[in-house]
Amino acid sequence: MIHAATVILRKDLLLELRTKESVPAMTLFTITVYVLFHFGLDRDSLDGELASGVLWVTLLLAAVIGVSRLFAVEREQGGIDALLLAPVDRTALFLAKASALFLFLVAVEIVAVPTFGLLLLGPDLGGTLPELPAILLLGNLGIAAVGALVSALAAETRAPELIVPLLLLPLMVPVLISCAQATEPLMRQDQGPEDLGRWLGLLTLYDVVFVLLSVAVFDFLLED
Amino acid sequence: MYSKGLVPLAAATVVTLATALTLVFFYAPLDADQGFVQKIFYVHVPMAIVALGGFVAGGIFGIRHLRSGDPSWDLRSYVAIHMSIILGLGVLVTGAIWAKASWGHWWVWDEPVLVSFLVVFLLYCVYYPLRFAIEDPERQARYSSVFAIAAGAFVPLNFMAVRLAEAYTHPRVLSQTGGSLPGEMRLTFLIALLGMTLLFVTLWKLELTAKHASLQLKRLKRRRAERETVAA
Repeated sequence: MIHAATVILRKDLLLELRTKESVPAMTLFTITVYVLFHFGLDRDSLDGELASGVLWVTLLLAAVIGVSRLFAVEREQGGIDALLLAPVDRTALFLAKASALFLFLVAVEIVAVPTFGLLLLGPDLGGTLPELPAILLLGNLGIAAVGALVSALAAETRAPELIVPLLLLPLMVPVLISCAQATEPLMRQDQGPEDLGRWLGLLTLYDVVFVLLSVAVFDFLLED
Repeated sequence: MYSKGLVPLAAATVVTLATALTLVFFYAPLDADQGFVQKIFYVHVPMAIVALGGFVAGGIFGIRHLRSGDPSWDLRSYVAIHMSIILGLGVLVTGAIWAKASWGHWWVWDEPVLVSFLVVFLLYCVYYPLRFAIEDPERQARYSSVFAIAAGAFVPLNFMAVRLAEAYTHPRVLSQTGGSLPGEMRLTFLIALLGMTLLFVTLWKLELTAKHASLQLKRLKRRRAERETVAA
């Protein structure tokens, strides 16, 4: 199963490297949204809860793009039939898709978070180390698990690009709450982390629940 | 098939709801702090509890559908979620009225239960576009069940997250409505909760019967049309 998952994952990464479709689009989107927030809020620099809120809402909106494209190639080119005919477990497909989304998100954040620090963040981004990468990774895990599930749910509907944001964003509320709350003290000039454990704990619980749940129900999606 | 016991159930609902309303207006004491408007509590809170219970029941029916492949479980899940969304709208409206009367605003963000209810409500509203954007009936049932299960698991997690977030900025005593109710209020509340539960089950069975009948009718019409084309 792990082998099948790595094969599908490698296919997805190769496809992304060749077509350069999702990751550049998501990155460009985040930077555009930062510019929009600059004008919308009429602020040159942000700190505290405003900064962590803008950062996380932007990343979640960018994730919507990634999630709606996750099964797009298979759907448009009919590759889904070949994947489903292959004698591999559906769980392998879920693991591959979730890992691909996770890696896409990491790639986006490697550019998007420093850009945020450069364009909008008031305090130095160095002050958020080493906690911020940990929060980002745990957040990505939750987004990837739920995102792969939502993407598969929406893939067989008439208008997936409509269903994905409507379905994904409410499901992301606990992730947004814990990530934004955990990031907020890091982005204040004066204070160190507080209550980090509580938010990371909640985030871990969310990740565990949704990874297990997605693995359990994924078999019933994309069945025929 | 679904209409068994509907009449006695409906009768019990009417009696319990009438009793509950009588108790609300003539038996339960006026709240010393909020006065008359506090009585909306006997509608708002039971409605919220029953709606959440309906969402969770929808998830459980979804599991049974995926386990057995029997489409009747999917129909049960669908109708449970459908009824809960209607009740959920009532929860949000009565919550807003209560908030306006006691805090002066139609919406307050520091009431964690109301806020998490809104998030859950928004999520379940997507059930309709998802369900009706899938044409194949067998796949529609399967995908709807998966949604019902995922959303059912999301409900407690979301409540926990919102509760933590609000407690973080606004330290407050947790039980404002529950916990230490005086005896008369508690009795009235419990009977109102029972009435609302019976109302939900009655409406659920009624809607199941109606949906089942219209499906049956569609099937018969299709069969007749087929027979006519064969004859012609």
